[in-house]
Amino acid sequence: MANMAQAIRMALHFGEEHLNVKDIFGQDVGAPLGGVFTATQGLKTTWNTPLDERGIIGMATGIAMAGDRCVAEIQFCDYIFNTIDLLKIVGNTSWVTNGNYHLPMVVMTPVGAGIRGSIYHSHSFDAWASRLAGWKVVMPSTPIDAYGLLLSAIEDPNPVLFMKPKALMRVRGDELIPGEPESEKELKGMIDAPIGDRSQWKPRWPQLRHHSIPIGKASITRSGEQITVVSYGRQLLNCNQVADALGAEGLSVEVIDLRTIYPYDWSCIKESVLKTKRLLVVNEDTEVTNFGEHLVYRAVQELFYHLLARPRVLAGKNVPGIGLAAALEDASVPQSSDIAQAIRDICREEP
Amino acid sequence: MAQIRAEKQGLSSHKKKKILVPSSAKKISKTSKLNRKPQFYGLEKELLLKIHDLMVQSRALEERLIKIYKAGDAYFWIGAPGEEAWAVPLGMQVHKGRGPEYDWLHLHYRGTPTLIAMGMPMVDSIRLIMNRATDVCTGGRNFSNHYCFPEWNVAPVSSPIEVQYLQALGTAHVQKRQNRSKGVTIVTGGDAGTAEGDFASCLVWASRKGFELPMLITVQNNRWGISTNYEGQHGESQISDRARAFNMPAQTINGNDPVESYIKIQEAMTYIRTKRKPAFIEALVSRLYGHSSASGANFIKDEEDCLIRFEKKLIEAGYLKSAEAKTLFENYEAEAQKIAESVRQEPFPESSTLWDHTYANHENADWRNF
Repeated sequence: MANMAQAIRMALHFGEEHLNVKDIFGQDVGAPLGGVFTATQGLKTTWNTPLDERGIIGMATGIAMAGDRCVAEIQFCDYIFNTIDLLKIVGNTSWVTNGNYHLPMVVMTPVGAGIRGSIYHSHSFDAWASRLAGWKVVMPSTPIDAYGLLLSAIEDPNPVLFMKPKALMRVRGDELIPGEPESEKELKGMIDAPIGDRSQWKPRWPQLRHHSIPIGKASITRSGEQITVVSYGRQLLNCNQVADALGAEGLSVEVIDLRTIYPYDWSCIKESVLKTKRLLVVNEDTEVTNFGEHLVYRAVQELFYHLLARPRVLAGKNVPGIGLAAALEDASVPQSSDIAQAIRDICREEP
Repeated sequence: MAQIRAEKQGLSSHKKKKILVPSSAKKISKTSKLNRKPQFYGLEKELLLKIHDLMVQSRALEERLIKIYKAGDAYFWIGAPGEEAWAVPLGMQVHKGRGPEYDWLHLHYRGTPTLIAMGMPMVDSIRLIMNRATDVCTGGRNFSNHYCFPEWNVAPVSSPIEVQYLQALGTAHVQKRQNRSKGVTIVTGGDAGTAEGDFASCLVWASRKGFELPMLITVQNNRWGISTNYEGQHGESQISDRARAFNMPAQTINGNDPVESYIKIQEAMTYIRTKRKPAFIEALVSRLYGHSSASGANFIKDEEDCLIRFEKKLIEAGYLKSAEAKTLFENYEAEAQKIAESVRQEPFPESSTLWDHTYANHENADWRNF
C-alpha cells in the first residue's frame, strides 16, 4: 500500500495528466529534492521558488486569476502566518467581486505535531483556516483519502487548503489507490527517487484512475452507540485506536473522520449524535477559539435536549508553541490516553 | 524634464549620479523619441487632443465622485485626481481583452484615468462609489476606485497596499508560457507602498535569470503615504534605483507630463512585449485632493496640476482654445452629474444577497445550512 506521501505524489501526477495542473511549486518542491517529505518527487510541472511565502501565495493567486490550475506549497504551516492577509484576499475575491473572479487554486501545507519538530515544525492551522471565509479546508487521515481529497481540491472552482498531517506522511493505508500496484516494493521502484544521483532518474507512473472524495463529506471510521468522536488528520488515527481499545472494555464508540473542516458535514455529525447522545471533538490546534468549539456550540444549539452529557473539545494546550522535549510535546497535544480518559468521562456522565 | 523636476524637488538626477544602468535600459534611453523632437516629441495633434479629452473626462469624474461623497451619497472616496497625465497614456496603450494574450492590469486604488482611457463608462465608477446593486465591479461591496473588469483582465483592486505586486507575478507567469503571446502584465502602486516587502518580492520574482516575467512594474510617486512625507519613508534617491539592482530597465519620469509618460510607456511596453522581460517606471505625480476622503478630499493648491499644465501647452501650440477646454470640462461635468442623479434612484443590494458568491457556482457557504 502507498504511504501518504506517495498518494499525494500520485494525485498530483493524475492532476498533471488529466486535470490540467500546470504548476506545482514552492520551496524545495521541484527537483532534485521533490519536497521535504518527497510528496512532489518526479512530477513534471514542479519548480522551486524563492524562499518567500508571500510570493508563493501571490503567484498562485495570479495563476488562478489568469485561469490556470496550480498547486502551491508552504513548506510547513508554521510559516504560512505571514501570508494570512493574502489568504484572506483569496478567500474574499469571489465575494467582493460579486462573482466576477473565482480563484480555483490549491495550497498544500504540512501541519501538526508528532515528529518532534519543536516550535516551528509542529503547529496546527485548522482553527485559523476555519476562519478564512471563502476557502475550503480539508485534511486527510489516510493515503486513499489524501488521493481523493487532493483530486477534489484540484477540481474545485474555489480555493482549497489541503493540510497534510506530517506525522502520517510515511503511514500506509489499507486500501489501494485505483491503479496502484499491489506490491509496495514495486510501487517504490516505480515512483520513489533513488538515493544519491537523481539527474537521470525518471518515475514510471502506474496507470492511475480517478477517485474522488467529495469535499464536505465525512466518513464514519468506527461505528458505535454510546458516544460520537469527531476528529481528522493524525488525531483521527489515535481516535480509531482508542475506540478499538475501549471496545474491549465494553464502550461502544463511533468515530467520524470529518475530512473536510470547512464546509463541514453537519448532517453526518448530527445523525450520529442523535444516536449516541454524546459528543467529543478531538484535534491538536490550540484550545482557545478552537474549531471544535464551533461544532460543540452548534451541537448545544441544535441538539441540546437530546444530549445526555456535556459535549467537549479535546485540543492542544493554549501555549505559544510545541516544546522540543518529548514530555513538553506530549503535554501540549492530545495523546491517546487523554482521548480515552475524555471518552470515559463523558460516557460516565448522566443528566 | 524629469530631471528638472527632480532637481527642483532636491532629488539627484541620473546624470549627476552616474548610476550603472543595464545595457537594455541604456538601449531604451538612447533610442527614445524624447532625445529627438522638441515640441510634443512627434506626437500627433489628434493623439494629444485625445489624451487631453480623456484627462478631462477622468478629472471631471473624480471631482464628481468627491462631490458625491461630500453630499453624503457615499461612505468614502479615494481616487486619482492629479495622476491623469501618467495614467491616461497608460490606459491608452493597454491591449485590452480577456485571456493571457491580452494585457493584465493590477491597479491600486487610483486607477480611474487608466480605465477611462480604456473605455470604462463613467456610470461604472459612480455606481461603485454609491454602492449600488448595479455596480458591475463589486455589487455594492467595496469602495470607490476598487475596480474589477474580468472582460479586460483588470484584476480586483484591494485595499491592502502592494499585494497586487505579488498577484501580478502569477498572471505574468501564465503569459510567459504562452509562446505567441504579446500580452504583458502591468502593475501600479504608490511610493509609500514600496516599503512593503511585497514590492521587493515582485522585483525578485520578476527578474530571476531565465525566468524573467513580461511585466511593466510601475510606481506612482506622489511623495506622500497618507500624511507621511517621502523623506520619512525613503532612504533611496529614487525608487527606480531599486529596480536597477535587479537588472531591469528602470526610469524615473515626469508623470505630470502626458507626452513624456506616453512615450516612455510606449518604449517600455515595446521592450516587454518583444523581450518578454520586465521593465520599471517610477512616475513622479501630484496628489491633488489628498489621500482620500479621510483627509478631507480638498484641493491642494501647491501641487502641480498636470491638466492645467498640459492645457496651457496645447493652447500655446494652437491645438486648443481656452474656451474649448472650458466647454469640454463643463460637458463632462454635466454628464457625470446627470449620471449621479440617475444612479441615486438605483437600488442598493438586498441583505438577502449577503452570502452570494462566497463560493463559486452559487454553492451554499452559510454553515447554518450545511
